[in-house]
Amino acid sequence: MGKIRMATSWLDGCSGCHMSLLDMDEQLIDIVGKVDIVYGPLVDAKVIPEGIDVVLVEGAVSTDADVEKLRLLRERSAILVSLGDCAVTANVPGMRNRFPLAEVLKRGYEENAPLNAQIPREDLPHLLDKARPLHEFVPVDVFLPGCPPPADAIVYMLQELLAGRIPDLSNKSRFGA
Amino acid sequence: MTIPAYPTFPRGDSELGKPVGILTLKIDDRDVSARRGETILEVARENDIFIPTLCYLEGLSSLGACRLCLVEIKGVTKLLPACVTPVRQDMEVVTDSERLRRYRRMILELIFSERNHVCSVCVSNGHCELQTLAQKLGMTHVRFDYLYPRLAIDASHERFSIDHNRCVLCMRCVRVCDEIEGAHTWDIMHRGISARVITDLNQPWGESETCTGCSKCVQVCPTGALSEKGKSVAEMVKHKEFLPYLQIMRRNER
Repeated sequence: MGKIRMATSWLDGCSGCHMSLLDMDEQLIDIVGKVDIVYGPLVDAKVIPEGIDVVLVEGAVSTDADVEKLRLLRERSAILVSLGDCAVTANVPGMRNRFPLAEVLKRGYEENAPLNAQIPREDLPHLLDKARPLHEFVPVDVFLPGCPPPADAIVYMLQELLAGRIPDLSNKSRFGA
Repeated sequence: MTIPAYPTFPRGDSELGKPVGILTLKIDDRDVSARRGETILEVARENDIFIPTLCYLEGLSSLGACRLCLVEIKGVTKLLPACVTPVRQDMEVVTDSERLRRYRRMILELIFSERNHVCSVCVSNGHCELQTLAQKLGMTHVRFDYLYPRLAIDASHERFSIDHNRCVLCMRCVRVCDEIEGAHTWDIMHRGISARVITDLNQPWGESETCTGCSKCVQVCPTGALSEKGKSVAEMVKHKEFLPYLQIMRRNER
């Protein structure tokens, strides 16, 4: 059996889900033998390749760049996994959602900046009005909640996906984990 | 010395050959017996049959507010809440079906979408009845758009705080304060999606003249809405064991 082509991506999140992915200890050796990581923060690929089998997406959708990236990943991947609470619920990035965007930017870049306070308007992705979960933008095949999802749940999910099954993950993790 | 007459009970049950006041019915195809006046939920629990609940709490009056305990009853087209539906002779109850699972999940998803339940940063993470139910009923995501309302936190009380972001309007605080503590500090204002729990006449909790500071409301709250001050993420463990003891003591005093 050839290796499957896996990508990972990190939108508006803290990278904790990627840490959890790496936290599977010796089981990582087994998984690495079965997958090629073709894109994501763990490898050096600059562009999203075609023909991805599985993509794990961490983080909420918070900017126009996130939307674009997510749509592209969806287009080029057979299975898209919503990995972790930020991807599944918007979680902590979503805590700004109850305040108007202008207020959020002012708070972050002016009120809390002692020096050179200014709201960045160039060269950075545009913040959306609200941070939202992935499935509000694209169809999602697998949901794995958790903050972060436990390494064992990620291992189980990958093994099931490698075996060609869409796993039931409801008893493997929970919101907030 | 006269021997007192053996007490007689009014015969309310037409079923011959059965002890008076005892009914027989089926729950999930199991034959069970019940006392007249018991609810479906009580009988199910006596027989170790699981029905999910959120607003129900043994020792408090039943409300039927959360609708998670909905069950199917043969011959009835509507779904009925098990916590406020009394059993009847020959009733056939179904507590688990595809239809019920679908509705229960939908109810949970609506609860999650209506306020800001951010488990990862909540004082009750890991000890929350809503979080546990979501996992138990297989809710891995919310299909409805989150509303992200802007809600207040009242930390004016010396020892406790109320975070409306986490409130599910189960009314356990309202009931325990009224029925057990006898203070009736808590109540609900407004209706539907704008409903909020309030202290006194919507005054800050810290200024409440009726609150005795007993903390019963905090202990029965199923989520992180009511908590003790000084508790950080995942540190708020509730103790509601006092409730059955209080009930037993009261019964024995009568």
